[in-house]
Amino acid sequence: MSAAYFGLHGLDWIDLLQLCGHFALLSLLAVGGAITSASDMQRYLVGQQGWIDALQFNASIAIAQAAPGPNILFVALLGWSVAGPLGMLATMAGIMLPSSALTLVVSRYGRSRQDTLPVRAFSVGLAPLTIGLLLATGWVLAQPSRGHWGAMVLVPVTILFMLKTSRSPLWMIGVGAVVGALGWA
Amino acid sequence: MSGFEIRHPRSSGELFSAFTRLALQGFGGVLAVAQRELVERLQWMSKEQFVELLSVSQVLPGPNIVNLGLMFGDRHFGWRGAIAAVTGLLAVPLLIVLALAALYASYSDVPQVAGALRGMGAVAAGLVLATALKLAGTLKRNPMGLAWCAAIVAITALGIGWQRWPLVWVVLGLGVFGYALAWRRLAAPERAP
Repeated sequence: MSAAYFGLHGLDWIDLLQLCGHFALLSLLAVGGAITSASDMQRYLVGQQGWIDALQFNASIAIAQAAPGPNILFVALLGWSVAGPLGMLATMAGIMLPSSALTLVVSRYGRSRQDTLPVRAFSVGLAPLTIGLLLATGWVLAQPSRGHWGAMVLVPVTILFMLKTSRSPLWMIGVGAVVGALGWA
Repeated sequence: MSGFEIRHPRSSGELFSAFTRLALQGFGGVLAVAQRELVERLQWMSKEQFVELLSVSQVLPGPNIVNLGLMFGDRHFGWRGAIAAVTGLLAVPLLIVLALAALYASYSDVPQVAGALRGMGAVAAGLVLATALKLAGTLKRNPMGLAWCAAIVAITALGIGWQRWPLVWVVLGLGVFGYALAWRRLAAPERAP
């Protein structure tokens, strides 16, 4: 398993460029984060190209969720399982560079005009949308807990912990891992 | 903001270590930790500034936290700051993820591992929801008025979370609506309630 997971899958340079190009296209479509385009990544890597199987795909997402750091790192795991370190470079460069360049251009444009009406209306008008999107993300992340009583209790306990104390969220992550490992979640 | 003084990062190096620190605490997403670290602990920005940066980050394509780091780093130290923040977010976590993937390959069928993953997933959901609730307080001072803000929050949360509407249409539809409403209220504030 581990040899297959980390192995080079016999891609050539053209394949690598295509891989990078496809992720670069998704980079510009992924409003709200890369996870929103995960279904298309699955279609491309598993269905169309057959470079990895559906199990490898799901494992990549689950491992990135369980590890510390931005969830975008599941894209690195996908690339690695397609073609090792070079594959990882291709998918990460593809998913990161276009959106990052756009963000910097927009940010600098807005920064130089931050007191003008069009820019102020942007931040004022989008604030409630932002908070609604966070609630929706929390809801979606909580879905696998449905039907598991321990996990369903962990969600509100975590909310109270964050609102009422100023301790690091790492404590709750630890509690979640222990409760889950004991079979109570 | 009473008793709140904005501080500034002193160097790109400090940005790198701050973003590494917050990335390493962020399981199942970094935004909850980013709010706690950048606003509450380091006091590099106010809640309002955080929401403002986050709003732009969410509307632009790309990972929200990466966009937020890029913009924050760029504001302070130009492209060097942007690179420092993003490598801080990604470098060490990438090594950990690769190591975990190697471990997972050997332990994927142990039930305790699956249980721990589910427990941590539930906590991750709670962290994101708590962040949303904390930031919702900033809407009280929003020039659009609390009623309109609450309506937009509710439609977004229910539409995307519950009904699974396509993100792009919700962002375009409610984004344009909110933008137009905010424009009107800001242009003629005396007419606002």
